[in-house]
Amino acid sequence: MNSVLYTNIVRFILLVSLQVLVLNHVNFLGYLNPYLYILFIILFPIKNSRPLFVFLSFIFGLTIDVFLDSGGIHAAACVSIAYVRPVILKFCFGTVYEYQTVKFDTVEFSSKLLYITILTILHHIILFSLEIFNISKVILTVQKTLFSSIFTIILCILVTIIFSRKTK
Amino acid sequence: MLFLLLFSISLTFTIQTHSYHKSKFINSANFLTGGVYNSISNINRYFDLEYQNKILIEENSKLKSILYNKKNKKDSSYIDNVSFNHPYKFTTASVLKNSYSSSKNVLLLNKGIFKGIKEDLGVISSKGIVGIIDNTSKKYATVISVLNTTSKISAQLKKTNHFGTLTWNGLSPYFTQLIDIPKIAPVKVGDTIITSGRSSIFPKGVPVGIVHDFKLDAAENYYEINIKLFNDMTNIEHVYVIENVDVNEITNLLKSSTNE
Repeated sequence: MNSVLYTNIVRFILLVSLQVLVLNHVNFLGYLNPYLYILFIILFPIKNSRPLFVFLSFIFGLTIDVFLDSGGIHAAACVSIAYVRPVILKFCFGTVYEYQTVKFDTVEFSSKLLYITILTILHHIILFSLEIFNISKVILTVQKTLFSSIFTIILCILVTIIFSRKTK
Repeated sequence: MLFLLLFSISLTFTIQTHSYHKSKFINSANFLTGGVYNSISNINRYFDLEYQNKILIEENSKLKSILYNKKNKKDSSYIDNVSFNHPYKFTTASVLKNSYSSSKNVLLLNKGIFKGIKEDLGVISSKGIVGIIDNTSKKYATVISVLNTTSKISAQLKKTNHFGTLTWNGLSPYFTQLIDIPKIAPVKVGDTIITSGRSSIFPKGVPVGIVHDFKLDAAENYYEINIKLFNDMTNIEHVYVIENVDVNEITNLLKSSTNE
């Protein structure tokens, strides 16, 4: 249990600093940044108390917000995906999730891809619609959501592959 | 329940940032984030040293040419009493954090209340306008950049006095938009746009950019002008914070005239 705690604390600090200090300066094609930090929510242990998880996600998003001067958009997006995560887990992993035995290193690649994709797109839709906050700029919102999502998904997959424990 | 509570809290924070000067709680001008950005910027600025030196040299040569080409040199005793004759006070600062990819871009400066930085002061670089101070802490200050969809700055054409509002549509970091210029104004591509000095934040004549293209708005009474900024907002290091010493006097005067 303790190792899980430490892993998540380290992950919290690492992902925040990585996001704030490196990834927000990528600005690919002028405006595209990957939001890798949602890996914290994606990889959070399945066996958890839901209120704690939602609250932690809020704190996490708010930390990002403080660094990026963005009000509460990251917090809002993080809380939402943390809230709907169990539903998506059930949808993607089916019975494996019912028995609470999902291990992200061992699940099938296709269902993992689906899971990350759904969470990322959901997160980005909320993030960019709150950031731009203007119905007349719907096209810009969709454009940003789509391209950033692709960027984020690729990075998330890569990171999970590189850092997965191939012991079993 | 918890979800709804937290979601509404974050929504409140978000909505606060959309209204000018309301984002009091969540901003990077605090001890922790300011400190982190400061130490990182200490490392990063070495990589940009050559380019920033070039900018400073260019500015120096420009100022020198103004100084030595000045025709009527004034009495030196008159120049000495700086603070009385010049209503604008300048403070230098370095940019710790800069962003240009989001639609609400905010910069972080390495000086705060201790150095006399206050809310609503103007920020310029050697090439032109940068933004307006939003939040301050003891040692840091945040700037609402001109690349922020909530930013509204009064600007005008250099050759005539037709003025409008400088806004940003959130698309390119190299262009901003000047709206509410009356149809009668003689706008041409390539004209220079400067600040109007009407808001008592910026002095009159701070360069903004040149007219890139323009069209009439939907009502066909005003021009919407696309301005190419003089400043490369993606690469700013040294900035000047401008304080108008007379700002209280001006606002009080304006208030008393509108009340009658």
